[in-house]
Amino acid sequence: MTQTDFYILLPLTVLTVWACVLLLVDLFIPKDRKAITAFLAALGLAVTLGFTLTQIGREGTGFNGMVTLDGFSTFTNVLILVSGLFGIALAYGYIKRMGIDRGEYYTLMLFSIIGMLLMAQAADLIIVFLALELLSIPLYVLAAFARPNLQSEEAGMKYFLLGAFSTGFVVYGTALVFGATGTTSFSGIFTAASNGTPSLLLTIGAALLLVGFGFKVAAVPFHMWTPDVYQGAPSSVTAFMSSGAKIAGFVALLRVFATAFPSISTDMTDILWAMSALTMTVGNFVAISQTNIKRMLAYSSIAHAGYILMAFVSYGNKDVVSISIAAGLFYLMTYMLTNFGAWAVVISLEKAEDKGLELSDYAGLAKKYPALAAAMTVFMLSFIGFPPTLGMVGKFYLFRAAIEGGFIGLAVLGVFTSLISAYYYLRVVVNMYMREGEPVTESEPWLGFTTTVTAVLIVVMSFAPQVLFLLASTAVFKLF
Amino acid sequence: MEFLLQPLTLLTFFPLLGVLVILFMNSGWKNAIRWVALVTTLITFGISLWVLSLFTASNPDLQLEAKYPWIQVAGWNIYYYLAVDGLSILLVLLTAFLTPISILSTWTAVEDRVKDFMVFFLLLEVGMTGVFLAQDLFMFYIFWEFTLVPMYFLIGLWGGPRRIYAAVKFFMYTMAGSILMLVAILFLGIQTGTFNLPTMLARLPDLYATSINPQTQMLLFIAFAAAFAIKVPMWPLHSWLPDAHVEAPTAGSVILAGVLLKMGTYGFLRFNIQLFPDATVQAAPWIALLATIGIIYGAAVSYAQADVKKLVAYSSVSHLGFVMLGMFALNAQGVSGAILQMINHGLSTGALFLLVGMVYEQTHTREIKVYGGLWKVMPVFGTIMLISALSSMGLPGLNGFVGEFTILLGAFGSKAIGSPWYAGISAIGVIMAAVYILYMFQKMFLGPAGEITHHHELKDLNWREILTVAPLLIFMFWIGLYPAPFFNLIAPAVEKLLSALPL
Repeated sequence: MTQTDFYILLPLTVLTVWACVLLLVDLFIPKDRKAITAFLAALGLAVTLGFTLTQIGREGTGFNGMVTLDGFSTFTNVLILVSGLFGIALAYGYIKRMGIDRGEYYTLMLFSIIGMLLMAQAADLIIVFLALELLSIPLYVLAAFARPNLQSEEAGMKYFLLGAFSTGFVVYGTALVFGATGTTSFSGIFTAASNGTPSLLLTIGAALLLVGFGFKVAAVPFHMWTPDVYQGAPSSVTAFMSSGAKIAGFVALLRVFATAFPSISTDMTDILWAMSALTMTVGNFVAISQTNIKRMLAYSSIAHAGYILMAFVSYGNKDVVSISIAAGLFYLMTYMLTNFGAWAVVISLEKAEDKGLELSDYAGLAKKYPALAAAMTVFMLSFIGFPPTLGMVGKFYLFRAAIEGGFIGLAVLGVFTSLISAYYYLRVVVNMYMREGEPVTESEPWLGFTTTVTAVLIVVMSFAPQVLFLLASTAVFKLF
Repeated sequence: MEFLLQPLTLLTFFPLLGVLVILFMNSGWKNAIRWVALVTTLITFGISLWVLSLFTASNPDLQLEAKYPWIQVAGWNIYYYLAVDGLSILLVLLTAFLTPISILSTWTAVEDRVKDFMVFFLLLEVGMTGVFLAQDLFMFYIFWEFTLVPMYFLIGLWGGPRRIYAAVKFFMYTMAGSILMLVAILFLGIQTGTFNLPTMLARLPDLYATSINPQTQMLLFIAFAAAFAIKVPMWPLHSWLPDAHVEAPTAGSVILAGVLLKMGTYGFLRFNIQLFPDATVQAAPWIALLATIGIIYGAAVSYAQADVKKLVAYSSVSHLGFVMLGMFALNAQGVSGAILQMINHGLSTGALFLLVGMVYEQTHTREIKVYGGLWKVMPVFGTIMLISALSSMGLPGLNGFVGEFTILLGAFGSKAIGSPWYAGISAIGVIMAAVYILYMFQKMFLGPAGEITHHHELKDLNWREILTVAPLLIFMFWIGLYPAPFFNLIAPAVEKLLSALPL
């Protein structure tokens, strides 16, 4: 182990140490002052973010090629850390209000984030597996954090069982890939697979990996757990999970497939195409019939996984792969911002014992809280992909990548499902503006902060997306 | 600063200044908010006149260009690009002209959430002006989609009893059209490597000769046409229109009929005809067929309406059928007539909606049969209504005649349509218009006093209301008696447009 090794993993190292220390420090923080833990956790993320930013433009590999540092990993690290910060902002008042403000909430979040960071920098299937476990296990605990609330416990259990099941797929896939190529490092797999004809074993291994990641990102047909878990878990956890875990899952998928498996892309493209199409369609259609906002957002998050998958379909095509990666990353970013904003509004309206979560509870919001309703409208428009929001720019980018890869049919399906999605997103707007009601919201400074920041960013950046475009398009990794 | 002082930038975004001011005002200051909105739109109208004075009528090309690189990274080639030419100048003026009139019409009609209303209205003006001025397809698409949002709220918040249904239907219908256009825009952008329209037009002929085959061109044409045909709306895609019109508040209906529908016809003119010349010529007879059906269908359905606002709404289907027929005649008369008829329809239908709104404000019913003998109680109202109605049905001496006559003339001799039958059948539509309009006028204004006229103390129009419609009347006569200056603005650009077609 050398200095370079640690430099490559600098943000991760800093955050790991910070999280371990925080775990101990938390013991000495009195029960009624857990705000200090939240603050320290956020500080840790901010410091890590600072270190990550110093790595912009640096590249290299470490630990004998097990981990890597490049524009892609730095970009996703920033995304993940920002998700973490938003996650803490949403949790801060919420868990106090719900009577579950235990300090380990924040440490668990930090450990999960460490797993996500590791995922972004993985260059070996073993590391991918390690990262997957590290990011998932704290999330299982967090999903059940509202114990003894039955729904939350059920969510945790369900997530754990299905998550463990899906991890099994990843391990088995890794084993088969190792059997086919004799190595687990991405570059090794690439070299072994591009010599001679690709073996069936490798294809099966890759397919099993896809199943495993498909679970994590909630792609159809591996999405069954999502609505129940998203609904049952505490909202602040769901918000974090639906952004952070999704980013990590997609990052793994992008990197593994584009660097290790381009040789079997002809087989994979059809599968990915079908997965993307199914995910968009099922997610959006089922969301229409939801009356609970958490379930609706769960299906919407499934649908968005489908859109992001669109960027993967052409991963084997050397001419468009960099555009696809950039489009995928850009969309992840817009999704992250929109998602946190929407969840912040949901949390503002949520009451104890799962009250305030029906769509009808949003009736009349615009009259009483015009700013909150306006922000929610921005988020809904951004989810639909309507101007003037970042979501529209994101879809523009994504569909362009699909068309450039020659998948016009998929792009057409994408726009049609967006139309479907407009129907249920608009229902929220209709309730807020056009129906009468007496909603009550909790006003917490950090919730308001999150809502404002995300809404303003979504609108303002849609007029000047070049900065983000530039960032996303430089965030590419080396293709072997 | 130089960026902001471009006449077209100023014209497009000036209403935002009003939005900003209104946002900082207390929502209780209703009158102050109204005045700010009115003054903002009047200044915007002033700017549009300034634009007109800078505009060279004899120049067929894009003028007053405001062009700046906008997104030029990661393989994107997007410009901030506004420009005006003969195809759009009148529509831009119409937008700036109708907005203050609409705002004036809401003075007493909108009492609820005045602040929000004005904010949405001014945002709508930004979107509409942007649609007519944008010369970059990315920008155009943004403006095009954006107009949906404020209109959705205008219908959904201040509309009639079925407003939510109408608002959602309007939104979904229009979006359904524009999503295919998005795919087509992206396809064109990737093929030509640019989103800016003039560059794209310069590069496309080579691509048509090599890589884009006629079938693809036709598909692209259809993708764009779907978006515009729904907006126009062309038969059989019109079913959102009566709902949206009937439920929308008066000012919303005026803008919807006056300007938003023109976005569809303008889209055909600016994008379909220019981008896909071969497909345009091929599709012309089919569009003419749909337009003719629309003319007859719209007129027939208008006659059957019991609700006067619905009658006016369906008459729009008929009138815009004329516009489409003239446009796809693809000759100078047809196209210039179509452009002028877009303006005429904005004036006459706008006036009719305003007038219906004025009487509705007093009686709260729009059923034709409960009126009767209005003329005796409201002579000024009756006179103005008569003029607007006659203008709408195309009486010589008023604006509607000039437009429809030119269109029919064009359609009769059109090589692209290929048969004089379409024009012949459409001419029946003119007669049918006289039937439903005069029928409505007779039932409402003449004869014995109806239920409402009996029981209500009906007041004739006040000065504000007369002032609201008077500008429209002036233009009805002006275009009707001396249309030359208007045609002069249009003609060079139309000439240029048609010279590029393989006819």
